[in-house]
Amino acid sequence: MFEIVAKKQLGTNVWYMEVVAPLVAGKAMPGQFLIVRVDNEGERIPLTVCDYDREKGIVTIVFATVGAETERMSRLNVGDCFADVVGPLGRPSDLTEMPIEELKKKKILFIAGGVGTAPVYNQLKWLHENGVEVDCIQGARTKDLLILEDEMKSVTKNLYFATDDGSYGIHGNVCVALQQLWDEDVRYDHCVVIGPVIMMKFACQLTKKLGIHTIISMNTIMVDGTGMCGACRLLVGGQVKFACVDGPEFDGWEVDFDQAMQRSRLYKTEEGRLLLKLHEGDTHHGGCGVCS
Amino acid sequence: MEIDVLKKVPVSEQDPKVRAANFDEVNLGYTKEEAMLEATRCLNCKNARCISGCPVNINIPAFIAKVKDGDVKGAYEVISQSSALPAVCGRVCPQETQCEAQCIRGIKGEAVSIGRLERFVADSAKEMGIKPQLPSDMVKKNKKVAIIGAGPSGLTCAGDLAKLGYDVTIFEALHKAGGVLVYGIPEFRLPKEKVVAKEVENVKALGVKIVTDAVIGRALTIDDLFEKEGFSAVFVGSGAGLPRFMNIPGEQSLGVFSANEYLTRSNLMGAFSEDSRTPIMRAKKAVIVGGGNVAMDAARTAKRLGAEVHVVYRRSEAELPARAEEVHHAKEEGIIFDLLTNPVEILADENGWVTGCKCIRMELGEPDASGRRSPVEVPGSEFTIDCDAVIMSLGTSPNPLIKTTTAGLETNKRGGIIVNESEMTTREGVFAGGDAVTGAATVILAMGAGKSAAKGIDEYLSKKG
Repeated sequence: MFEIVAKKQLGTNVWYMEVVAPLVAGKAMPGQFLIVRVDNEGERIPLTVCDYDREKGIVTIVFATVGAETERMSRLNVGDCFADVVGPLGRPSDLTEMPIEELKKKKILFIAGGVGTAPVYNQLKWLHENGVEVDCIQGARTKDLLILEDEMKSVTKNLYFATDDGSYGIHGNVCVALQQLWDEDVRYDHCVVIGPVIMMKFACQLTKKLGIHTIISMNTIMVDGTGMCGACRLLVGGQVKFACVDGPEFDGWEVDFDQAMQRSRLYKTEEGRLLLKLHEGDTHHGGCGVCS
Repeated sequence: MEIDVLKKVPVSEQDPKVRAANFDEVNLGYTKEEAMLEATRCLNCKNARCISGCPVNINIPAFIAKVKDGDVKGAYEVISQSSALPAVCGRVCPQETQCEAQCIRGIKGEAVSIGRLERFVADSAKEMGIKPQLPSDMVKKNKKVAIIGAGPSGLTCAGDLAKLGYDVTIFEALHKAGGVLVYGIPEFRLPKEKVVAKEVENVKALGVKIVTDAVIGRALTIDDLFEKEGFSAVFVGSGAGLPRFMNIPGEQSLGVFSANEYLTRSNLMGAFSEDSRTPIMRAKKAVIVGGGNVAMDAARTAKRLGAEVHVVYRRSEAELPARAEEVHHAKEEGIIFDLLTNPVEILADENGWVTGCKCIRMELGEPDASGRRSPVEVPGSEFTIDCDAVIMSLGTSPNPLIKTTTAGLETNKRGGIIVNESEMTTREGVFAGGDAVTGAATVILAMGAGKSAAKGIDEYLSKKG
């Protein structure tokens, strides 16, 4: 049922897919996420929503291959089907609940890191369709890792690129880019940062210093995604919150990023093993001694 | 075979040392010979008290009489009139507080083994290919009813409504139907393919449609079900899945899980198997906090995954809420019970990995609102249990998603949906039952609510016309 109708490679390890998922596409709003399973033995994988077509019942996902499951996903082709696609999950972005006239008065900046560009695109598109013009800093380590450039340009008022190695746009990370804009007297009163946790941590440190209210989107370990297990729990303002039902968006100044990064390491060894098993196939013999 | 009429015919079980390392079913069930012999112990009381002890009022003496005659089909038909999931209930019901607690045999000796007999009938019927049937005189009512949740209350409500002629669709948020039957109760108590999947198939055989990956409250709201999807009534059986944490220091450390997460990984995602692609922590030493059935399930799962297991419970053995057989099995499997003990802090190393659980001794004081004696800390009695995992099994509350996305649906202080005697909520046409109403309870109580709600929905829709 959850058929893949389009597939593109956006970067070395980054994939784009359009999947038939009517229940998700029918209601998905910016800020929400979904969960997929590759096949009947697959893990439940949470992913952000890059785009949706309500009429056709299609959702667009963008993912990086970071482990065995995403590696398997990347090997699916047009015509193949996911075993499960469930959503939309999580709370929609606060921006979607504000009156449009109020949004138009705000000076909003989005900061997108790596694959976080996909959910940022979703929010920018919605704002653009509602006549709200916003700016964006899109960052990556190098030019090849900048994705969806044309799509992003079509929905952003001012789009700034930042690469760590200087191969495109501003030479530096997104914080360097933001500081540069600030030094040129560019001002914002609302910021949304979506990307790797460490990037969100440093971006929020900067926005706190500059006094720009900031929202981030957490990408934690998840199992059910409906509030049932607590695997996705994090500390926000010292209180325990579940990313899947209280989030995934939270106040960036209140999130304990260090703890979130620590919690994300829980299964690194197991995941490493599974990825190795997948790559090595029949020749996997565990000779490294880790399993035994 | 000899029989001591005051004692239950013993049932075969896997040896504790063997079963503590596998996930196969512990209780192997009666053979036909054993079942027929046990059935002779039933006195076939004229005013059988066991029937009222059963939350779904199975005609127990009648089905046992059929077992005595070796008539499995007849016994199954008697049970099916009241229960949709006999293979499940025979395995997980706390019979010692329900039917068997009322049994007259139990006054002088042991009660008749009603649970094992129910399981025998259900399993034998399955082997013989006997399935539940729609009544031959059933008239199609051409009205659609939506069920939210494919757990015990939803499956039961759906089955009963289908038998009354309604067009029923169950919407399930997870990718597999069964609710707690599939994510909560472990394989070694309730096999998923052999038992649960077959029970779900039986419900589908009555014409019930099950849509998985459907989160009502997100993909569709209850308003959508009425206004866009053409349903005339809705039953909410969304369960009580929200886990509780203690909010003690160190609870975010690596190696602390809710029992829900631990069990969902093991049961629903099959992570207990070495071949599984879903990871689960295989602890060397695990502390399980809590004393209910879920705590026993988590403890016995951790044991099978290779851990030395401690169950830490703040009251004494007499107050343990878990089913008697589960506590007994857990002890046999070598699980250590640290009773009158409560955690105060979870200790971790510099990288955040759990290294121990600091606990304090408790003593029992005055009874609290639930009637159980209140545990009170014994000052200065702190000690640490070395461990690498702590599993919080403190109970769960109803998931608030339905309530927050449905206008007019009132809940009580604990988040349970409020219903009247017909199981209808404060929103017209919306009914509810099971853990979503009562908070975490049992499979059989959820089934009873599902049955009652099906009746309520039928009355409501018949009046509406």
